[in-house]
Amino acid sequence: MSKEMTHNLSIYVANRPGALARIAQTFSRRGFNIESLVVSAGATGDFSRMTITAKGDEAGLEQVIMQCSKLVDVLACREHTDEEVVARELALVKVAVDSAHRGEVLQIADHFRAKTVDLSENSIVLEATGSSEKLDAMVNLLGKYKIIELVRTGKVIMARGARET
Amino acid sequence: MSENQMNGAEALIQSLEKIGIEIGFGIPGGSAIPIYDALYKVRRKMKFVLVRHEQNAAHEADGYARATGKPAAVLVTSGPGAANTVTGIMTAYMDSVPMIVITGQSVRGMLGKDAFQEADIFNLTMPIVKHSYLVKSANDIPRVVREAYHIATTGRPGPVLIDVPKDVGTDPCTVGLDAEMNLPGYKPEPRGYGPETIRQIADALAKSQRPVIIAGHGAVLSRAEKELRQLAETLQAPVTTTLLGKGVFPDSHKLSLHGLGMHGTAYANRAIVECDLMISVGARLDDRILGIPSQFCKDAVKIHIDVDAAEFGKLVKPDIRCRGDAKTVLQDLLPLLKKGDTDDWIKRIEGFKKKWPLTYAKKGGLHPPQVIDALNKLTGGKAVMTTDVGQHQMWAWQFFRADKPWQFISSGGAGTMGFGLPAAIGAQFGRPGETVVAIVGDGGFQMTMSDLATAAIHKLPVKIILMNNHYLGMVRQWQDMFYDERYSGVDLEGNPDFVELAQAYGILGLNLKRAADIPKVLKKALDHPGPALVNVEVVHHEEVYPMVPPGKPLEDTVLCHPRRKPGRPAGRKNGPARSGAKNG
Repeated sequence: MSKEMTHNLSIYVANRPGALARIAQTFSRRGFNIESLVVSAGATGDFSRMTITAKGDEAGLEQVIMQCSKLVDVLACREHTDEEVVARELALVKVAVDSAHRGEVLQIADHFRAKTVDLSENSIVLEATGSSEKLDAMVNLLGKYKIIELVRTGKVIMARGARET
Repeated sequence: MSENQMNGAEALIQSLEKIGIEIGFGIPGGSAIPIYDALYKVRRKMKFVLVRHEQNAAHEADGYARATGKPAAVLVTSGPGAANTVTGIMTAYMDSVPMIVITGQSVRGMLGKDAFQEADIFNLTMPIVKHSYLVKSANDIPRVVREAYHIATTGRPGPVLIDVPKDVGTDPCTVGLDAEMNLPGYKPEPRGYGPETIRQIADALAKSQRPVIIAGHGAVLSRAEKELRQLAETLQAPVTTTLLGKGVFPDSHKLSLHGLGMHGTAYANRAIVECDLMISVGARLDDRILGIPSQFCKDAVKIHIDVDAAEFGKLVKPDIRCRGDAKTVLQDLLPLLKKGDTDDWIKRIEGFKKKWPLTYAKKGGLHPPQVIDALNKLTGGKAVMTTDVGQHQMWAWQFFRADKPWQFISSGGAGTMGFGLPAAIGAQFGRPGETVVAIVGDGGFQMTMSDLATAAIHKLPVKIILMNNHYLGMVRQWQDMFYDERYSGVDLEGNPDFVELAQAYGILGLNLKRAADIPKVLKKALDHPGPALVNVEVVHHEEVYPMVPPGKPLEDTVLCHPRRKPGRPAGRKNGPARSGAKNG
């Protein structure tokens, strides 16, 4: 088995029943683990944009891309390196916090430019956007306190400049 | 609904006819009654064949397509009816055969509620179809049928499934049959390459002194036989054909190496080992022909031509990949080629052929290759042959002499036992005037023999040649060679009397027990105007050679049993012999 790397894939697909299942099947059949998956409407409602990050080896990845590309509903399936794209993710973190520690948590939030979107006596919900690595770092620091819930969107990517996503 | 208003099911049948589907095979059931009602009411040109098992319906549509190049329809009901087609759909998918499968489905309101005879066939078949539809509105039917046909027949062909809920069939369809297709993601490209790729291939070919051509099903499907022959004769390059490529290059041509791979000829495998360039025309280079994939043509330039880009590098990494339809590619390539100077190479290959000819035992009972050989003579090599899967299939492939494509029909990728009889029935419907011979084994035949009824009812003159060794012979061969003769679960003790069985259906049944009777009995069966079954009592223990043992490279092709076993039939007098590198 060659080295497993995390890959960013962007898939542009006709918005049809079964399209997601067919794509997911292509990944699982090749032994690829999907780490994150984002599906939303494309520029027009007839198409969807999927951003998938998945772990697997290089040779397998080439096969997955070709197998996905040949699905009838798929218009394009491309891999992008981190350097080629703008990558963003959004996280909501609910932290258990009392008035004694609230200041510290808000300081961390401020450092990562996270917003407070909900505040109660015993908890705070922070909203942060940025690279996945930045969110990892923030979540890591907040781990000192009790994280009640964590929801992340998964990475979305867009190719820089003239390149197509 | 007014008099001339169609419902969804009627739109379905009329759409199938409009796109040119000439025949449908199937069995009705509760959810398919509207479709069958439409067959009764609006069918004009399309022939319908009521079969005895839905798996057979799919194999019959498959055989029809492989004999004619035209897709047929499969019309079955929901739940078990649909599920029974799964093996047939998989078989067609693995071998790139176009097919339109229509399944009845529970009414829309009951979907996902475990209704009677409900099966989620859309998801069940997802990995084994080229594409599929669950139709939610009767007005979608004309478009869906057109798209299904287009997808099934273009690019790399394959089966397309259309799941039709019962109430979609009975709803009015208020649109015309001339629906526009809407397939923004589907772009089959016969010319998915640029002129520089063709130039690269031509340059590589010009440099090669020992080229080999591998021709596969893709060459058949794109009808590239003429161009392939020109390629071989211009380059003076030998051609080996895969199981599904058989006939696309004439077996009788002096440049033919016949088949390659696990049970290919020793001379084809040797040529692959020694070549300095391999050009694959429409073969997917699967594990049965490669030996050890990483060692296949290790030092040769590898050129891969395939209409499906996903085949490149699956097992073999090509040096030049060319995505395109085989015929189109060869048409672009041929003008750039110069006559090859390969005399030494061809002479060497002639030597391989003399040294390791394809032979079989003729003494000590009846041997399947003898029967195939006799069929070659009696039919003048003009028969359409279908096979089941196993030893008899490999012998049929090795010894049947086909000079044309669309003549040898066999389940390659899926290796589906039971394929032979229904495929022959489908082929005979497609080519009514021709001799269609099904070579089957006693194991596979018993999996689908219910469709003897179909052959009898339609008086199809298919000739079933049953190689009866009372064993699941290929598994027994592996147990013999690699499992110290532990014959587990391979003895077909208690087989019926197949001659009486045929007669029970009103089919001519004949026994063939002695080699001396081969021509006489076969002639009687071939001359009979209707279906005939010949029960051939072949030797019980016989093995298919040459063979590349599993996990071995093509260099290690063996010509007989690797361990000497005196006292066995089937000509093992000479002990182990190899066509290997060491003594080649």
